[in-house]
Amino acid sequence: MNIVVCIKQVPDTTEIKLDPVKGTLIRDGVPSIMNPDDKGGLEFALRLKDKFGANVTVITMGPPQAEAILREAYAMGVDRAILLSDRKFGGADTLATSRTIAAALRKLDYDLIVTGRQAIDGDTAQVGPQIAEHLGLPQVTYAEELEYDGKDTFTVRKADEDGYQIVEVDAPCLVTALASGVKPRYMSVRGIVEAYDKPVEVWNFDSVEVDPDTIGLNGSPTRVAKSFAKGMKAPGQLYEVEPEEAVEIILAKLREKFII
Amino acid sequence: MNFNLTPTDELFLQMIREFAEKEVKPLAAEIDETERFPEETVKKMAKLGLMGIPVPVEYGGAGGNNILYTMAVEELSRVCATTGVILSAHTSLCIAPIMENGTQAQKEKYLPRLASGEWLGAFGLTEPNAGTDASAQQTTAVLEGDHYVLNGSKIFITNAGHANVYIIMAMTDKSKGTKGISAFIVEKDFPGFSVGKKEKKMGIRGSATCELIMENCIVPAENLLGQEGKGFAIAMKTLDGGRIGIASQALGIAQGAMDETVKYLKERKQFGKALAKFQNMQFQLADLETRIAASRLLVRKAAFRKDCKVPYSADAAMAKLFAAETAMEMTTKAVQYHGGYGYTREYPVERMMRDAKITEIYEGTSEVQRMVIAANLFK
Repeated sequence: MNIVVCIKQVPDTTEIKLDPVKGTLIRDGVPSIMNPDDKGGLEFALRLKDKFGANVTVITMGPPQAEAILREAYAMGVDRAILLSDRKFGGADTLATSRTIAAALRKLDYDLIVTGRQAIDGDTAQVGPQIAEHLGLPQVTYAEELEYDGKDTFTVRKADEDGYQIVEVDAPCLVTALASGVKPRYMSVRGIVEAYDKPVEVWNFDSVEVDPDTIGLNGSPTRVAKSFAKGMKAPGQLYEVEPEEAVEIILAKLREKFII
Repeated sequence: MNFNLTPTDELFLQMIREFAEKEVKPLAAEIDETERFPEETVKKMAKLGLMGIPVPVEYGGAGGNNILYTMAVEELSRVCATTGVILSAHTSLCIAPIMENGTQAQKEKYLPRLASGEWLGAFGLTEPNAGTDASAQQTTAVLEGDHYVLNGSKIFITNAGHANVYIIMAMTDKSKGTKGISAFIVEKDFPGFSVGKKEKKMGIRGSATCELIMENCIVPAENLLGQEGKGFAIAMKTLDGGRIGIASQALGIAQGAMDETVKYLKERKQFGKALAKFQNMQFQLADLETRIAASRLLVRKAAFRKDCKVPYSADAAMAKLFAAETAMEMTTKAVQYHGGYGYTREYPVERMMRDAKITEIYEGTSEVQRMVIAANLFK
């Protein structure tokens, strides 16, 4: 089985800095991470690999420094890593991005494509579904569980606003994953030690077949009217406990902050 | 010269910090309180390959280096010094002497099991009458046919009771003094080997520290580590390496106390402003931060020299001396800066202060480190 996981490097911050002119993100100086939903999707793929044996390829579109998350993916256990990087791809909205990634995916063998539900820097949840449309694949979004029958059918537990559906889908297909459904594995020490000895394939515009007018900033119908930094809010902590324990936790926190 | 971390180092730090924060920190207060050895954490570390960081891949290790190993012990100790020392004793005191002195057969038998974490390692040198004067060994080993018979006891043995393999020093020829000491690889199930009383300690209370008893303990002759009479040299060299591990532990404790202090001083307000705004506070913290940064450079340098296979004995001694004394000072002051709260178990700094003390004592007291540094100076 061949699985391709689409991953994205995103800024790890609640305060996103924006280019006031272009309205795009300024990534310099902001710590970058693998997008959490994508990491959840990668874990789905690696679990299928552990159980059934599979070739797992990760692909990311981004600037050269996005290589870091491909190395991380190697350290988690993937078999192949591709960096889709070209100035011509830059400034793309979700449509242009999905066209570029779909063009790259056409060059690869896959039974399953996994993407994250959405990236924390844009929160659109559009790229995964658009890729499926470009490639004419069935898609299941918001996956919190992913099972495989060992032949050609995947069973997906798909989250809804107020419940879930169990959906069966035949390969080849595309699934978008939720980070909340799965705890991604840690990188292994040996995986880390060997991660930078493995090849990262860099694919540019010439590596894929795509109409230059449909990609990058020029191929993006989206126009950003205005960008602004949203108000600062400290990250909350979620406790799923009994009411008595919740009271204790709240009181302890209030005491810790000298509020009471 | 280059002070930058490599991309591999950065990736490793990303992993170990997340692991420490999510898997180790939540247990730290509980295992201290209950004096419980964190078996489940050791299993998790084993799964990631943390129990065999510097072991070559052909022996089932991760194929990493001592820099990564020091980062692991530092980051674990930053949140839980107990977890740090479990890894340090296992790696520096059991795996390293087998890697450096073992026969091919010994390496093939023991390293894969130790590196995978299936087996835990420990080291036995200290005896009731042989502490800093380690040459005064009273445990004896007598060759009888195809095996040695060991008699004696060891004390203050880290990981004892949980470890499967112990590197044990014993006298094979008393007339030769230190040159009559030999090293053995002893498995916990060898006849005549048993674990005695468990110490009740001030700090690192989740780590098991016990007595080892050898009563006509039968050790196969092929489990002699190195040659007869080389045991003292092996022990001293092993402790040189161990000091890098303990220095990393001390560094981690100091950093952990600094993290807690900075967080607290920003939140705690007295006389209408945060404690962090008082210049006296800032100056004291600046001095401590400088000591922590210097400790880290000493630790990394000692590990780097070990990786380069150049002499590092004095470097390791300096790293341990300075990092241990920094940890003690940082944690003591952290309790002070926290005031009454710092003296309670609501806050982790009192645990860190209790944990820090041992780093000035074990694997060579601070006095021993000064002896090693001075001996290197006047050689």
